[in-house]
Amino acid sequence: MSTAESQLTRDQLEAFGRELDAIRARVVIDLGQRDADYINNVIRTQRGLEVAGRGLLFLSLVPPAWIAGTAALSLSKILDNMEIGHNVMHGQYDWMKDPRLNGKTFEWDTACPGDQWRHSHNYMHHTHTNIVGKDRDIGYGILRMSEDQKWRPYYLGNPIYATLLAIFFQYGVALHDLEAERIAAGDTTWGEKRGMLQDIWRKVRGQTLKDYVLFPLVSGPSLPLVLAGNATANLARNLWAFTIIFCGHFPEGTHEFTEEEAENETRGEWYYRQLLGSANLTGGKLFHILSGNLSHQIEHHLFPDLPAHRYAEIAVHVRDICERYGISYNAGPLHKQFGSVVGKIVKLALPPRAGRGGPKPDRNDAKARRQEFAALA
Amino acid sequence: MIRVPSSGGLGRRLLRSNLLEALAYPHGIDRYVELVSPLLVKRDVRAEVSGIFHQTPKSVTLALCPNENWRGMQAGQFVGVSVEIDGARETRPYSPAGSQHAADDVLELTVSTHPDGRVSRFLRDHGRRGMVVGLTQAQGQFVLPEPRPERVLLISGGSGITPVMGMLRTLCDEDFPGEIGFLNYARSPELALYGPELRKLAERHDRLYVARAFTRGGKRALAGRFCRQHLRAVTSDHRRAATFVCGPPALIDSVRSLWSAEGLPEPAVETFTQPAISFGTERAEGVLSFAASGCEAPNSGLPLLEQAEDAGLSPEHGCRMGICNTCSCRKVQGAVRNALTGAVSIAEDEQIRICVCVPVGDVVLDL
Repeated sequence: MSTAESQLTRDQLEAFGRELDAIRARVVIDLGQRDADYINNVIRTQRGLEVAGRGLLFLSLVPPAWIAGTAALSLSKILDNMEIGHNVMHGQYDWMKDPRLNGKTFEWDTACPGDQWRHSHNYMHHTHTNIVGKDRDIGYGILRMSEDQKWRPYYLGNPIYATLLAIFFQYGVALHDLEAERIAAGDTTWGEKRGMLQDIWRKVRGQTLKDYVLFPLVSGPSLPLVLAGNATANLARNLWAFTIIFCGHFPEGTHEFTEEEAENETRGEWYYRQLLGSANLTGGKLFHILSGNLSHQIEHHLFPDLPAHRYAEIAVHVRDICERYGISYNAGPLHKQFGSVVGKIVKLALPPRAGRGGPKPDRNDAKARRQEFAALA
Repeated sequence: MIRVPSSGGLGRRLLRSNLLEALAYPHGIDRYVELVSPLLVKRDVRAEVSGIFHQTPKSVTLALCPNENWRGMQAGQFVGVSVEIDGARETRPYSPAGSQHAADDVLELTVSTHPDGRVSRFLRDHGRRGMVVGLTQAQGQFVLPEPRPERVLLISGGSGITPVMGMLRTLCDEDFPGEIGFLNYARSPELALYGPELRKLAERHDRLYVARAFTRGGKRALAGRFCRQHLRAVTSDHRRAATFVCGPPALIDSVRSLWSAEGLPEPAVETFTQPAISFGTERAEGVLSFAASGCEAPNSGLPLLEQAEDAGLSPEHGCRMGICNTCSCRKVQGAVRNALTGAVSIAEDEQIRICVCVPVGDVVLDL
């Protein structure tokens, strides 16, 4: 942690929670045409980029068309998944009462079925954020992302697994809710997961048919180039989504929690855990849009169901509150935050270095925070 | 009249091809087509406003041209009309007033404005030619029987004139040979709808009797609220007439009680009124209805999710604290209070998170 934080009393935590509730209430009352116009514009842009990208790829025997088409399709998939899909599926636009933007039924252009995402992400990850053993976003069941995960020789491959996860991220996300590691451990069986597997198969089949069979086939002589363009667009989206998402909770300074710490949380304590467990990325407006405003991960975790394009203006108030309560607000540019995530992936591949001058400072701080947290609970 | 969809041109058939649908996976081709032409979609029923005029200061009459997905309607039925107001879609039921034999399937909506009516005021103030609105297919059993009865009696009050106007025009278009009584209540002559047309129809059809009563109507022959005497002006024998009543609850109640006092079968009735809101948030009252499961329970004052579980249902849910949206469920009608914000919402057909919403009076959930 970069700054020492003051100890918050129970009353302070409740007041802190009330201030955040008030921010939320102000935004909810103000939701209206501006927000509807925003998401409709993003959707129009995404559809335009997609149609343009696919169209240019048909002409991809001309090299610049291939590059432009692949770039447009990559952007389209990034917008579709991040600023539209992820946010709509949180119910951020349910107040519009538009069945096309209903958080419960929306489907996105990626391998993961929307319904499984709603469970693994909206519920498991957002409710149990950074609780080791409950939040499966900590390492996706394959990586060691927290010192609280016991080291095994398997984790020596941490950097390799992370690289593979980044490359095949959409499939990693698609398999996320299956909890394959629990099947491996014998806690559950393939039989019990049959329905889920069928849903994943149906979605993957639709995605594969579109990107790797039908569009290449209808493009005639450009077939191999369309195939390559579509694969590149999916890869670009995978790498980008992985980068942004891993910067949300794993940069140096973010905290993890135990199940005991999070037991019987008050709303204020829940907000506090969300704040300590999340990190923001700084950047320009376009960067925020392309990150699905997950660059405002802190605000997103405090208010997952408020339209994400509002997070920038909400952040001003959240920063102010954090300053007044002496809570650190973790934000940095992409290269710095991602560098620190990569560092963590590499460092945690190795066993803890016991007996060498005691625990490291940040670890110490995390422990102190935890004791403070436990004392409050 | 049920319309057979036209075979359409090549373009339309192409839009409906499975190949295009697979290329547009998972959003579906409509989500692309509508950005170019909102009416061309293959699933949603939508209509373009093709004409607009004001019969009275408190109403607006719209001509709507529905797209190919409209399956037609019978006079007396209603449609849900959706418009976007300040970013949010609002849907209200309206009964078209046109004949079911109207050319080109044009729907005529006459919308009376209410002081609190967001949609009615929006349509009156912002309705314009070329505007696209969402529609549901026609719904409701408030329709003329087949074969047509010998004697028809149509009683309406206020904006309730529209479905019976549709029935009257339909019967006139069919050259209905029987007797038609048309009794309409309006507050004042200035607010009475369809005056000139009713006069014209009465001139043209020998056995059509039209009478209008003005509840604040001064010294005219028919003044005040519905009573047995008013029936004499429009029918030779109300006991033998197939009777249709549409209007405010008070009108429907008085017709019903007269009919039951005379031992007549129940008349067909229809009314559209906003649910009464009770703000007794301290003491729980009302009944919670789970429409999809067909069960009911008295409101215990707990969040809807807990009440549903207490009623033996097991709705999908996640965090139970209003953040994950897993329990989001359609509230068909009724008022709920969000326990986090204290905000009370009375909108119909609204997605709510049942883990943090507490019913305020009667609530119907799609569970």
